[in-house]
Amino acid sequence: MINKSLNFLFFFIFCFQFSNFSIAIEPDVFVQSTVNRASETLSKEISKKEKMIELQELAKDTVDIKGIGLYTLGKHRKEISEEQKKKYAKLFEDYFLKSFSSRLSEYSNPKINVISKDKKNDKYTIVSSVLVATKDRPEVKIEWRIYTKNPEKPLIRDLIIEGLSLARTQKEEFASIIKSNDNNIEALFDSLEKFVKE
Amino acid sequence: MKKLLSIVIATIVISTFTNRSNAEEVKDCFEGLNRATFAFNQGLDKIIFKPVAKGYRKLPLPVRTGTSNVLSNLSNLVTIPNNLLQGDLRAAGLNTARLTVNTTIGIFGIFDVAQQMGLAKDYRKEDYGQTLGAWGVDEGCYLVLPILGPSTIRDSVGTIASILGGDPWYNITVKNDTQYFKDSDFYFSKGTDGINFRSKNLEAFDNLETNSMDFYASVRSLYLQDRKQKILNSNKIIDTQDDSDWDDLQSN
Repeated sequence: MINKSLNFLFFFIFCFQFSNFSIAIEPDVFVQSTVNRASETLSKEISKKEKMIELQELAKDTVDIKGIGLYTLGKHRKEISEEQKKKYAKLFEDYFLKSFSSRLSEYSNPKINVISKDKKNDKYTIVSSVLVATKDRPEVKIEWRIYTKNPEKPLIRDLIIEGLSLARTQKEEFASIIKSNDNNIEALFDSLEKFVKE
Repeated sequence: MKKLLSIVIATIVISTFTNRSNAEEVKDCFEGLNRATFAFNQGLDKIIFKPVAKGYRKLPLPVRTGTSNVLSNLSNLVTIPNNLLQGDLRAAGLNTARLTVNTTIGIFGIFDVAQQMGLAKDYRKEDYGQTLGAWGVDEGCYLVLPILGPSTIRDSVGTIASILGGDPWYNITVKNDTQYFKDSDFYFSKGTDGINFRSKNLEAFDNLETNSMDFYASVRSLYLQDRKQKILNSNKIIDTQDDSDWDDLQSN
């Protein structure tokens, strides 16, 4: 009886330790693996539309689209109703996936090497990488803001290209659209809908 | 010298009285006029700069690299006095050595011998707008200048400071009548610099324009972020921007 109990206890401890060790994904490994997956898609001999679909699936799996959407709303996210928030979340996801896949699908097999990582706190790690130079453009430094609140499922929240934050640029673009339309959030929704349909 | 001092004092006064209550807000005081100038510049870009940049890119790589090196070497003439004004004596020394080596051994800067020698490996351009920023002068309102593109009040004052004696290359080509250089040498170098920059960013600009709902706002954001980076001599946005907006997000 004691033997059985001890065996069970050891088995339990082993499983617990193993699971703790195996499921946390290091942010730099996560970025390199994401980049490799994107690269694999981009080097496939398939149509641009098929590439865009595969890239959109990759984005759904690795990017915190909901978080970026909230960030890009800035101060307005505290002012809109729950219904508007739901509408925006859907519109932003469609917008993001189209914009993301369209931007990436222009590149043919970009080579990105992960260099280092810098843990900011429990929620964020910045992973540094370089997009290798080609004959037409110099080397580009890219930093990835990785949201690590759930270490088992890290997510990309921002790309910082040569020090320029894509999320911040997006946030200022959205703010400009809202401001140019008498601070009416519906104008942003219209612009997003138009972009997705085009 | 008196003119330069007056400009610096005027900028400090203007910027001090500029509204700094919300650092996150973009100060686009002349947005209507800026958007019109931006549209004009885009028209010029489509007709002139983009086609020329595309043609320039067809030149053999060694020609483009050599041109880029010459322009980078010339930029030391403005960078070095600004290194000194910012109190960065080490960078001033390294850049002076770089300028001397590249202009002589590197044949007027065509070959970047200094880099191969390990001198100023990470060369950073500096200008008078950056120096004013490093001195604590606020950027002021955002401006779009015809042909020259995005700027701010502070950066425009920096550009004027270059013309009023701060740029030795301008002084020996345009301002003073020397027998060695003509006015056209200055304008040709500036034009080539613009084309060189445009050719390196052809796809990036097209991509940004296609995927922007408000291209003007995107360019404004990128310009202002870039200037902040350059003033702080940092490549990391996380060191220069407020992270609080990220910190209170709980999406999952």
